[in-house]
Amino acid sequence: MDTAVQLVVLTLAAATPLLLAALGELVTERSGVLNLGVEGMMLTGAVCAFIACVKTGSPWLGVAAGAVAGAGLAAIFGVLVLTLTANQVASGLALSLFGVGLSAFAGLDYVSAVVDGIRPLAIPGLTTLPVVGPLLFGQNPLVYVALVLLVAIQWMLHRTHAGLVVRAVGESPESADAIGYNVLAIRYGCVLFGGACAGVAGAYLSLAYTPMWSENMTAGRGWIALALVVFATWKPWRVLAGAVLFGGVTLAQFQAQAAGVDVEPQLLAMLPYVATIVVLAIISRNPMLILRNAPASLGRPFRPDR
Amino acid sequence: MKRAAAGADPAAPRLVLTGITKHYPAVVANDGIDLSVAPGEIHAVLGENGAGKSTLMKIIYGMVRPDAGRIAVDGVPVTIAGPAAARALGIGMVFQHFSLFETLTVADNIALALRAGVSRRALGRRIRDVSRQYGLPLDPARYVHTMTVGERQRVEIVRCLLQDPRLLIMDEPTSVLAPPAVAQLFATLRTLAAEGVSILYISHKLDEIRALCERATVLRAGRVTGECDPRRETVASLARMMIGRDLPHPRHAAATPGATVLAVDRLTLAAQDPFGVALDSVSLAVRAGEIVGIAGISGNGQRELVAAITGERTVPRADAVRIDTTPVGRLDADARRALGMAYVPEERIGRAAIPVMSLAENALLTAHRQGLVARGFIRRPAMRAFAQRVIAAFGVRAAGPDAVAESLSGGNLQKFIVGREMQQAPRVFVAAHPTWGVDVGAAAQIRQALVDLRDRGVAVLVTSDELDELFEISDCIAVMAGGRLSPPMPARETSAEAVGLLMAGPRTDAREAA
Repeated sequence: MDTAVQLVVLTLAAATPLLLAALGELVTERSGVLNLGVEGMMLTGAVCAFIACVKTGSPWLGVAAGAVAGAGLAAIFGVLVLTLTANQVASGLALSLFGVGLSAFAGLDYVSAVVDGIRPLAIPGLTTLPVVGPLLFGQNPLVYVALVLLVAIQWMLHRTHAGLVVRAVGESPESADAIGYNVLAIRYGCVLFGGACAGVAGAYLSLAYTPMWSENMTAGRGWIALALVVFATWKPWRVLAGAVLFGGVTLAQFQAQAAGVDVEPQLLAMLPYVATIVVLAIISRNPMLILRNAPASLGRPFRPDR
Repeated sequence: MKRAAAGADPAAPRLVLTGITKHYPAVVANDGIDLSVAPGEIHAVLGENGAGKSTLMKIIYGMVRPDAGRIAVDGVPVTIAGPAAARALGIGMVFQHFSLFETLTVADNIALALRAGVSRRALGRRIRDVSRQYGLPLDPARYVHTMTVGERQRVEIVRCLLQDPRLLIMDEPTSVLAPPAVAQLFATLRTLAAEGVSILYISHKLDEIRALCERATVLRAGRVTGECDPRRETVASLARMMIGRDLPHPRHAAATPGATVLAVDRLTLAAQDPFGVALDSVSLAVRAGEIVGIAGISGNGQRELVAAITGERTVPRADAVRIDTTPVGRLDADARRALGMAYVPEERIGRAAIPVMSLAENALLTAHRQGLVARGFIRRPAMRAFAQRVIAAFGVRAAGPDAVAESLSGGNLQKFIVGREMQQAPRVFVAAHPTWGVDVGAAAQIRQALVDLRDRGVAVLVTSDELDELFEISDCIAVMAGGRLSPPMPARETSAEAVGLLMAGPRTDAREAA
C-alpha cells in the first residue's frame, strides 16, 4: 500500500515540470502561435529562480523570478513572430538555443551553490494520515499549483468568454480581426503566459525537484512538453495523462537503475524519449484526431493590414 | 435598432466618402472615390475584379486604412481605426469568404461578435427571435462546419443583425447561394431597408443589381466611372460602364459529340477529412466534342469528384474512372495526364501555379511532355518559347515568360493557366470553376476558349457554381448535391429554375428551398 502511494507521489513529482510547461504551451498554441522555445524558457526560468533564491533566500521569490524570466524570453519571441511576423519554427528553435546558452552563462557562478528550496508540505496531523496524507497534504506545493492550473485552464478555455476568444483567434485570426478583436494583443497575452508557465516549470526543477543548478538541467523536458501538447491533442486533461505517463517512464528508469537492472544506464535514460516518439507515431496514425482539434492557424503569422 | 452617434444629423446621409485613396506597391486600388448612401437605401457598388470594390469596403469597415480621403457617418466626420470602431458606429459587414469559426457552434460564433455579458439562454432566444423575424431560420447549437454555405451566410447575417447595424455591407453575397436562397436574401434585405438600414451591396452580377438596388456606383480600375439608377439601365449598359466596352458573347453552335472519352462509373468514395463530402455512386460520361457542366453549390462533392477524375486522389476500383476504355482509377495525376488529360484546378495560387516561380517554370510543371525536358535536363529555350506561345495565344498581360506568377492579376494568371493546359493538345479537359474570381472580360474569353476546344473534338468537363456560365457553354448539365450527381440534362432543354431546385437538393433543408 505504502509503496503504491509512494509511487504515485514520485510520479506526480516527476510529471509536474512537464505538466506546467505543457499547459503553458497549450494555451500559446490554442491562440495559434507555435513556440518551440520551451526548453530555453524552462532553463532560463530555472537559473533565474535559483539565483533569486540564493540572493533573497526566499524560494517563492525565486519562483516569481522564474516566471518573469520565462515570460521575458517569451516576450522576445513575441516581438519576433507577432510584431515582425518572423517564421515561428525558426524563431522558436533559436529561442531554445539562446535559452540554453543564456542559462549556462548566467549560472556559471552558481553551479556549486546550495539553496534551501521548496520543501514538500508537512502539516502536523494531516501529512501523516495513511494514504490521503502523503497524497493530499504531503507533496510539494508546486505540484498542487500545477494541478490547480490544469483545472483553471480547462475551465477558462471551455467555460469562459475569454477562453472562447483564445480558441477563436487560434482557429481564424482573420475572422477574429474582422469582428473587432485585437488578435496581436490576445496572442501576446497567450505567449507571455506560456513563457511564465515554462519559467515556473524550470523553477520547480531548480528549487523543488532537485534544489541545485547545473547546466542543461532540464534534460529535454521542454521538448517532451511540446510533444505532450500534440499527444494531448490540445486538451488540458490529456496533458495530465501524458505528463503522468512520461513522469512514470522517467521514474521507472531511475528505479531500474537503482534496482541494479543489468542494462546500460544510457539505454534506460533513453526511455522517456523513446516513449515520446512511439506515442507521437501512434497518435499521428489517425490524422483525423489531429485535424479536428489542432488550432487551424497554428504557426501561421497574422498581421492586420492597417 | 438605429441608435445614432452623438451629434448626428438625422437628415444627413448615412455614409459619405470623399476622395478616398489607397495605394498598394504596384497598384492604386482606390483613386479619389466619392460615394454617398442615404438612410434606408440599397446602394450597389459595381465593378470587375480588381476594380477596388473590396478595398473600398474594407476601408469603410476599418480593416484597411486609406492613404487619403474623408469618411462621415450621419454627417459626423469619423476616423475608423479598426473593425471594432466600425461596429461601434453601427457598421456591419458580411464577408464574401465568411468570417466564421468552423469548429464552433452558431451560438459561440455569435457570442464572440457580441462580446461578454450575454447569458447563453438570452442569446439563444435572441438568435431565434431575429432569425424568425427576418425569415432566416437557425439552430444555435449546430456546428458551423456541418452547415451548407447558404446556412453559413445566414449565420453571418444574423450575427450582423443582432448588433443593430445602421449600415450593412454585403460583399458578393449571392456567389455562394442557390437561386431560391437568393430570393430569400433579397426579401430580407428589402425588409431591412424598409426599417431604415442602409445597405451597400457589392456584386458583379448585373441582373441582381437591377432587381435589388435603387442606386449604383460603378468602379473601374480604382475610380468611379459612373453613378446611376440600375433599374433604368440595361445589363449591356451597366456592363459597358463596368468594363469600358461591350461584352462579347461566346459563339456556341450545337455540339456534334463523338465517342465517350471520359467515363465515371458508379464511383463511391468516403470523405477524406472531417469537413469533406462522400461521393455516392456517381456516374458520368463525357464524349469527344461536348461540354458537360456540373452545377451545384460549392461543398457538395464537386471538389472530391474532380480530385478522383484527375488523379489527385486515386480510387480503389480502377475502372470506376476510365479514359477511352483504359481504367485509370488507380493511376496518379501524371499518368492520367500522359493519357491526354488536362486539368485547371480550382485554386490558381498554390495548386495551379506556384506564386514565386516564373510563368515559364509554371508552364514546365504540367507541360513537360511538350519537349521541354530532355534526358532529365530542362530545355530552357523550349520552356520559355512554350510560355511565350501561351501568353500570345491568350493575350495574357504579363511582362513575359520570366514574370513571376504572383505578379499577374487573377484574371491574367487564370488565362495563362487555362492556356497552358489547352496548348498541350489534350483529349480530356477538366476545369474546376474556370472563371472564379476572374473579371467579366477574361471570363468571357475563357468561356469562348472552352467552346473552341470542344469544337476541336475535346471532351470538356466544367464544374462551376455560376449557373449562367454553365448554361452559356454546356451541352449537358448535371447537378451535384450532397455527394450525388443527377442524370445529365441537355442544356437547351432545361431551365435555371429546374437546375436550381436540384442544387438545393437533399442536403439543404426544406426551409432554404422554400
